[in-house]
Amino acid sequence: MRMKSWKTIAKRLGLAAGLGVLASAPALAWEPTKPVTLIIPAGTGGGADQMARFIQGVIQKHELMSKPLIVVNKGGGAGAEGFLEMKASANDPHKIVITLSNLFTTPLGTGTPFNWKDMKPVKMMALDQFILWVNASEPYKTAGDYISAVKAGEDRAFKMGGTGSKQEDQIITVAIEKETGGKKFTYVPYDGGGKVAVQLVGGHITSSVNNPIEAVAQWRGGQLRPLCIFDKARSTYTAKVTEAQAWGDIPTCAESGLPIEYQMLRGIFTTKNATPDQVAYYEGVLKKVMETPEWKEFMEKGAFNQTTMTGSEFEAWLTAAEARHRELMTGAGFVAGAK
Amino acid sequence: MEELSALAEGFGHALTWYNVALMVLGITLGVVIGVLPGLGGANGVAILLPLTFSMNPTSAIIMLTSIYWGALFGGAITAILFNIPGEPWSVATTFDGHPMAQRGRADEALVGAFTSSFVGAIFAVALITFLAPAVAKFALKFGPAEFFAVQFLTFASFLGMGRGTPWKTLASMCLGFALASVGLDGVTGSLRMTFGYDELLNGFKFLVAVIGLFGIGEILTSMEDGLKFSGADAKLRMDAVIRTWKQLPRMFGTFIRSCIVGCWMGITPGGATPASFMGYGLAKRFSKRGHNFGKGELEGVVAPETAAHAAGTSALLPMLTLGIPGSPTAAVLLGGLLIWGLQPGPLLFVEQKEFVWGLIASMYLGNVVGLIMVLTCVPLFAAILRVPFSIVAPVIVVICAIGAYTVNNSMFDVWMMLAFGVMGYLFSKLGYPLPPLVLALVLGDQAESSFRQAMLVSQGDVTVFWSNWLSGSIMTLGVILAFWPLAQGLMNRFGRSRPAAA
Repeated sequence: MRMKSWKTIAKRLGLAAGLGVLASAPALAWEPTKPVTLIIPAGTGGGADQMARFIQGVIQKHELMSKPLIVVNKGGGAGAEGFLEMKASANDPHKIVITLSNLFTTPLGTGTPFNWKDMKPVKMMALDQFILWVNASEPYKTAGDYISAVKAGEDRAFKMGGTGSKQEDQIITVAIEKETGGKKFTYVPYDGGGKVAVQLVGGHITSSVNNPIEAVAQWRGGQLRPLCIFDKARSTYTAKVTEAQAWGDIPTCAESGLPIEYQMLRGIFTTKNATPDQVAYYEGVLKKVMETPEWKEFMEKGAFNQTTMTGSEFEAWLTAAEARHRELMTGAGFVAGAK
Repeated sequence: MEELSALAEGFGHALTWYNVALMVLGITLGVVIGVLPGLGGANGVAILLPLTFSMNPTSAIIMLTSIYWGALFGGAITAILFNIPGEPWSVATTFDGHPMAQRGRADEALVGAFTSSFVGAIFAVALITFLAPAVAKFALKFGPAEFFAVQFLTFASFLGMGRGTPWKTLASMCLGFALASVGLDGVTGSLRMTFGYDELLNGFKFLVAVIGLFGIGEILTSMEDGLKFSGADAKLRMDAVIRTWKQLPRMFGTFIRSCIVGCWMGITPGGATPASFMGYGLAKRFSKRGHNFGKGELEGVVAPETAAHAAGTSALLPMLTLGIPGSPTAAVLLGGLLIWGLQPGPLLFVEQKEFVWGLIASMYLGNVVGLIMVLTCVPLFAAILRVPFSIVAPVIVVICAIGAYTVNNSMFDVWMMLAFGVMGYLFSKLGYPLPPLVLALVLGDQAESSFRQAMLVSQGDVTVFWSNWLSGSIMTLGVILAFWPLAQGLMNRFGRSRPAAA
């Protein structure tokens, strides 16, 4: 219903936006009156960056927005820079942000005064998966094999590479360490997931928890082997990725005796004081993005979990996810000292 | 010679009117992006990436890589004319390029920069054409210890570069390290030296510092000299190209050295900026005219430009074969590949032959087209210097401010740039060299995190740097280079009877 009225009014609003008067009237559906900025709280080339630029491309190609969408990277301080800008522009609905797990980990790990409640959640676009990878030349065929090897080996003999410090990759590593009988990994932080995958191929680290899209090329090239996926069920993608296997053939970690689940939020937020109409506008645009064939292809390529939520359901999910991160990070000793 | 037939086919795909037109468009945009400091190649490519989603992948990457070539060429222009590095990798070009312009030889410096860029790029493309798989394997050998060894070598090749006392060089470098450590510490994930200021979260951005130190610093110095621009009386002669090219053959050694350094740094991946510094440092050390560097020596322009362009080009190789970007621009292109439905990595060369060889052919073509375009514009660029200083100076300040703002879309950076400008002026007044500071600022945090990663892997054992032949030999070479000036000094002092070490 809202969609219908939104469509019919949209045209008239084109004029109204030009006048710049009616646009703020709450009774009418909202349209941006100036270019919209999409902030990426991470550097260029990473997973969030790729998705943001992809969304921008789809919006542009299918002309889904009347004003341009500008993408900027604000990755300073593990994303704190981008989030603080969102917090500071609470009254500017022309800003949206794409999130990754640093939405929760950065405020906890660095003590930056910021919380997801300082923004208005719009839509969960997807959940990014994590997979336990080893070099294909290693003898471990299952996660069970690998964990027993870690248990049998010396403390810190196995090196886990990951993106950043006190962030999602290290959180998963700490969770795995609960299952290794007291043996720890040596966690080596790198500045990007692509680099981690290559370091694993080069044998400089023994395993990684790369996102699917970061390591798929090396998997297909026969250089890396996926052991298990950190989700409660196997991936639903059954098209063959390598000659023998599809994403769906990778067992869950729980199946392999490693009861850990972790996914990363890929969601869109706008600024805190955005009205319901403004949120609805972005929701509508993003819904259309997700209906395009390009989006479906992108999801499959990165083996994303296509869970999507909006509104109160999304907020409930966020509340739970925040509590979980707080628990995981407190347990791991990653929380910055309270000031 | 399987590669040659594949390459010929690649030329077939790349050489259509449509693609050549895209190439010209891309290079023009790239030069503009390169000229504007702050708006780097990575930003330029990122902004235009969405436009290419409706093109076929080969045409799209031809256009985007052309922007990249253009930016590599363009960075040198403002570096030489106004001492403002348009791109990080053109910082080293200012060391000799700008003094040349001040002596009325801007046209020669420009031709030298463009030509050596071209030579570096072609060398790197040839390497990609024939040795891609082997080179990709070599890049895999680089772990944290090897990365640190390379970064150490860069610093070592740069020691003793300053014209003042070595202590001033050291002080300048240490200040650079201190500035580089502000912001997020990648190894522990906590904030350092931000003192509670949110503006410092991002650390000191290399480009902001460089625009201030060099661009604004230069303006302040010229103002003191009586508001005149010393390059203004340059005569415009149309034979600049031939005049410069005649001087190039005797720099053969420098070309080869910089090509090798550049390709190596591009692949490993160290990036174009350290490559340009290392190329300059090595040329200063080993060239016969090294003692003249910094005063306006053509070879001092050739060395960093060749290395930067070789590195910038070969940075695409690990992106294609391994899926790791060798530079920020390559990182954005990598995102593009994924969106066009291509999966970079070991199989790209097998599955997407048409795309890969079309791209490689376009690298040759793009650089030839780019060289012709920029060379024809040399008199135009050089003529800018004839505009009176009182008109040019405000324009430069505005360009600097826009550049500093664009790096991060932050007004704070503009104030920071002005502060760095004053610092640059003080540095030159007090005889402290700027290059070591800049080098430490750009490489400091990388070197730090490689060192700490290596220490994590080896559990604190420093001998890890000599644990294999690769990092061991690089480290040893670095140590020798670092102590070379000291050894040379000692020999000159105590062993005059023995032949000079050079």
